[in-house]
Formats: sequence, C-alpha cells, structure tokens
Amino acid sequence: MTTVAPLVEVDGLVKHFPGDRGPWPLARRRRPVRAVDGVSLRIAAGRTLGLVGESGCGKSTVGRSILRLIEPDAGRVVLDGVDVLACRPRELRGLRRRMQIVFQDPYGSLNPRMTVRQALREPLVIHHLARGSEIDRRIAGLLEEVGLDPAFADSYPHELSGGQRQRVGIARALSVEPSFLVLDEPVSALDVSVQAQVLNLLSELQQRRKLTYLFIAHDLAVVRHSADEVAVMYLGKIVEQGPAETLYRAPRHPYTASLLSAVPVPDPRASRQRIVLQGDVPSPANPPPGCPFHPRCPHPRKNDRCRTEPPPLRAVGPDQLAACHFAEEPM
Amino acid sequence: MTEPLLRVRDLKTYFVTERGGGTARAVDGVSFDVYPGETLGIVGESGCGKTVTSLSILRLIPEPPGHILSGSLIEFEGRNLLTLRPPELRAIRGNEVAMIFQEPMTSLNPVFTVGDQIAEAAIVHQRLPRKQARARAIEMLRLVGIPDPEERVDHYPHQLSGGMSQRVMIAMALVCHPKLLIADEPTTALDVTIQAQILELLDRLQAELGMAVLLITHDLGIVAGTSDRVVVMYAGQVVETAATPELFAHPLHPYTEGLMAAVPRIDTRVSQVRGRLHTIPGQVPAASGWPAGCRFHPRCPYAWDRCTAEEPPLLDAGRGEPGSHAVRCWLLTEPRRRTPQA
Repeated sequence: MTTVAPLVEVDGLVKHFPGDRGPWPLARRRRPVRAVDGVSLRIAAGRTLGLVGESGCGKSTVGRSILRLIEPDAGRVVLDGVDVLACRPRELRGLRRRMQIVFQDPYGSLNPRMTVRQALREPLVIHHLARGSEIDRRIAGLLEEVGLDPAFADSYPHELSGGQRQRVGIARALSVEPSFLVLDEPVSALDVSVQAQVLNLLSELQQRRKLTYLFIAHDLAVVRHSADEVAVMYLGKIVEQGPAETLYRAPRHPYTASLLSAVPVPDPRASRQRIVLQGDVPSPANPPPGCPFHPRCPHPRKNDRCRTEPPPLRAVGPDQLAACHFAEEPM
Repeated sequence: MTEPLLRVRDLKTYFVTERGGGTARAVDGVSFDVYPGETLGIVGESGCGKTVTSLSILRLIPEPPGHILSGSLIEFEGRNLLTLRPPELRAIRGNEVAMIFQEPMTSLNPVFTVGDQIAEAAIVHQRLPRKQARARAIEMLRLVGIPDPEERVDHYPHQLSGGMSQRVMIAMALVCHPKLLIADEPTTALDVTIQAQILELLDRLQAELGMAVLLITHDLGIVAGTSDRVVVMYAGQVVETAATPELFAHPLHPYTEGLMAAVPRIDTRVSQVRGRLHTIPGQVPAASGWPAGCRFHPRCPYAWDRCTAEEPPLLDAGRGEPGSHAVRCWLLTEPRRRTPQA
C-alpha cells in the first residue's frame, strides 16, 4: 500500500476467549467468543491507521493483542522487525518502551492514590530512563509537552478534569519515548470542546515525535479526522480497509456504507440517504455462517452465496480491500 | 399561536455541595417552552445543567442535596408542577409526561420481566386489569419494533441487548400515550447503527402518537436531524435558542459557534479534513463557582471588559419573529467586535 516499510505488521491475528460455564456447576461450557478471527494489518512509520467498528467487534482486543496485554492465540505481530509474539518476558519488557497504549477512560486508568508525578515517575524508573533531579525535569517537560502546567504534577487524578486526565495518560505513554502508540478510544469520554483539544494534541505529538498510531474508535467522524488509512471491523474480522479518503467517499462494503450513513451530521439541510440496519450485531460466540454480515445486509444482490460462502478480504480498487461478494456492484 | 404544552420559567435548581456550605448552581434561571407535537432539543456539554433541567421538570431531583428555588415555574398544560401535591404529581408522571434515560440497561429493574414493567404504568394509571395490561404490553413491544413480542414479554432485562432495552424503555414510557416525552441522551450508550434505529423509531412514534419530545443531548448531529427548535445551554443557563435551521445557519453565541466548529465531521470535503480542529480553550467551569459577568468570558475569543463585569441577558437577535432567536451575549449590542478569528 505504501512504499515505506511498515513499522507494525500484523498477520492472521486470532484471539478466542473460552466460554464460561454459566451459573450452574454442571452446565456445559458456552461456546468460545471469537473476538478476533484472523486480522491482518500494516501501519507505515509515522502514519495513523484508524480501526473502527461497533462495540464487541474486537477492535480493542486487536490493540491489546498487538501489545501482548492480551495473549493472542495465533498470528504474527512484528514491530520494526522484532517478532513481538515470540519475545520472552525480559525482551518484551524492553519492547514495551517502544509501544504504549492510551486508554479510553482516564478516570479508570490512573491510580487514584498516586499523584501525577508518581504516575509519570514509575515508567522512568522502571526503564532506567532518568534518576535524581533529572526525573523531575523530565516530568515537567512531559507535562508541558501535553499542554499541562507542570504545577499539576502534585495533583491527584480526582482533582483533574477529564481532558486533563487524558493528557496525563498521554504523557505517561510518551514518558518511555515509544515509536508506536495504540490509542484505544482516546477521546470518546470527553466533551466535544475538549475532544478537539486532545485530537489536536495527538496530531501535534505525532508530527513532533514521528509517532505511529493505531487509532481505535467507534466514532467515524473522529477517525476520519485522524487517520490516513482506515480498517472497519465486524464480528472479529476486517470487512473493509483502505485510504481514509477513498473509504469515506466510496465505501465498498455494505456495512461500511451503512455505518457511514448512520452517523448524524450537524447540518439540518443535509439530505442524505440513510440506511437503517435491521436487528442487532450477532453474538461473536455464534457468528452467522457465510458472510458474517448477511443477516443485516441491505445489499440488493444479497443471495444464497452470502449465506454459505464467507467472502474473502480482496482488492476491490486501488489500495482498497473489501470482504463482500458484491463489492463492485452499486448498493 | 398555540399555547405551549410545557412552560419553564426562571428555573433554578441548586445543590448543597458535599463539603457543606457550598452551593452548586446547576440550573440557574432557565426558561423555555415546548409546544404540542414539536421536538425541542436541549444541547450542551457535561455539567451545563441539561440533565438537571430535565429531572427538575418531573421533580425527580433528590432533596436534599438538591432543591428547586421558589420563583421557578414549571407549567404543564397550565398546572404548576412545582406546587402539585404528590398524588397529583404521580397522576402526571409516567402518564401525561414520561421520561427515558441514557442507560437503558440500568434503568430497567432486573428482577421483573419486561412485560411486568411495561404493564405497570397501564395498571397504575389506566386501571387496566392484569390480563389486558399484559396484552397492552405485547402491543407496545410490537409498536417499538421488537420481534416476537409474545415471547419477549416474559423475558428479563439481562436477556436483551442495549438497543432492545432502549426499545423496552420507550415502550414503558409510551404505554399511556404521554403528551410529552422527555428523552435524556436516549442513544448515547448505543452503537451508531442502533442509534439510527432508535432515532428513527422515536421519529415514527412521535408522528403516530402526536406527542411532543424534549430531547436532551450533547450531540449536535442528533439535534440537527431531529429537533424543530434548539436550546443551547452553558454553565447552567440558556445561551442561545433558535429554530434548528436558523441556529445551524447563523450561530450567534461564541460558544455555539465554537462548538459547531469543534465537531469533527464526516461530511466535509477531504481537503478540509486533516487540518487542526477548532478548539474552545480551557474547560467548562464548575457549578460551585461560575465566572462573574458572562459565564463564557474566560473561554471567549471576543470578550472585552463589559463581558467580565456585567452578565448579559438573553437578547433578541432580531432575526425572524421577535424572540424566536435569542442570544445571551453582549456582541449583539456591538456586532463590530465580532472580528474574524485567527
């Protein structure tokens, strides 16, 4: 897709969570949840891949499996030539300096008993990045870089607003000078005016530090603003992938088209054709046979083939991939 | 002109803050009307007082720590809800005025079937016998588009998805055919395809049942697609109100203007996409200490000394019918100060 060698390569990633036994001791195990079912991605250095989908589609599991915060069942993850899944614990700890994550919930991901200084100090000490007075200088520098007054270093998380907490979360991820960041819904807990501030900050940091982002979000407008490439997930699989411009202008998978048409547009004059999908997302423990999207698919050409034969993710245009038997035909 | 169904005048709902002594002026002098059959959108960010406003209407504010100040008026069809005695209020709640909440999963009682919960309002308000109430519950489930309603009526909330739960909430709210439905962030917890289903459902039911809807949301996109008129709230006050097309075409309050520019959009041309988003500097102030003067002045790009000293009233923008577009901003008196921002 790009001539630059990718910084992050993911091939055939699989994560199935075993089914629980349910409330009764003798009950049979439930079916495993196929959270991620063969996902492959490439992210070029310095670029942003947006990973979008609805809740339960497996997008967060992909992000966490890449960092091995969750151990995937199968697949290959390569970060800058290093096979992440083959790393032993000691090597993995070293690798964690190069890949970090920013979580959605800045309330839940900061320890309420630690001041901002303590939270930022920990990674610096663990990775032997600074000692003595150098630590405080680094902390002040990090806070300034994310647009916070260094005086916040002695605050506790509850004394900060949501936007300030998210800035601390970003500072903590940056403290070890990573090259790759997984941003897992980094702005969805924030108000619109604050969300814009954090999105601008993320794009400034990307330029200044040459960061590579995997930007996971359910909000397609936010992803459109942030991503160079976009991958759309449904029931553990990528159903469409391509450059952001192309994918938003001319989606080829009926799921992408429906998702885009469902986003409310802040313009009362906008006359758009809305595709309202029927029904709910099926359970990832029991995905439909054939194309996983077929029970909700509004495509006029939908037929028996969709019900039996899973469509492969295939090239449907320059740099664009879609998993639909009828991707070339108009909706 | 028709009489408003709901008149809210100078509503003030204050809370005693935890550490004692302090007062959070969550809603601080809010006025608006809802006319029969229309959708009024109240839009604003967290902490602006939109939810407290909606809860105050049905007197669902826990007292203490909250209280609605005397001098506030909430009039539904000519009756002041703030002075009604509890039995009279109960006759209105869930009957003539109903409400749905953001978290459908936590708003349903986990130990009763959805049928029981829908039937309850019909039994209480319309004195339907059990059997008929059950039939009514099935009919409501069908109305809100739940497949196999005869079977679903005996299901418990944990057996439903988020979208289904919100449909059940809507069925519960509409069982007595209310004249006014208050919907507080009804789709915020839902995925975008499910949100589209629920918004379409509300739209259809409103047309079929002829009810008015007071829609509380933080999402300008939802307001644009559903509301006839919009009230923008900031720091416990109404800062701008106008008909929806007018508001989006001519936002006059710097907060409204900033909010609209800060939303990343899906419908802009590619060349406009990857730039910086417009931001509103700073953050929403706390309700225990609103800024003096205009409450938006610390974040406003146009503010001058008058804004820091004197609180602006809601001023008529002089567009369309008198009072149809009102703005709480001194710029209306000195429009030349609205200079293009860098």
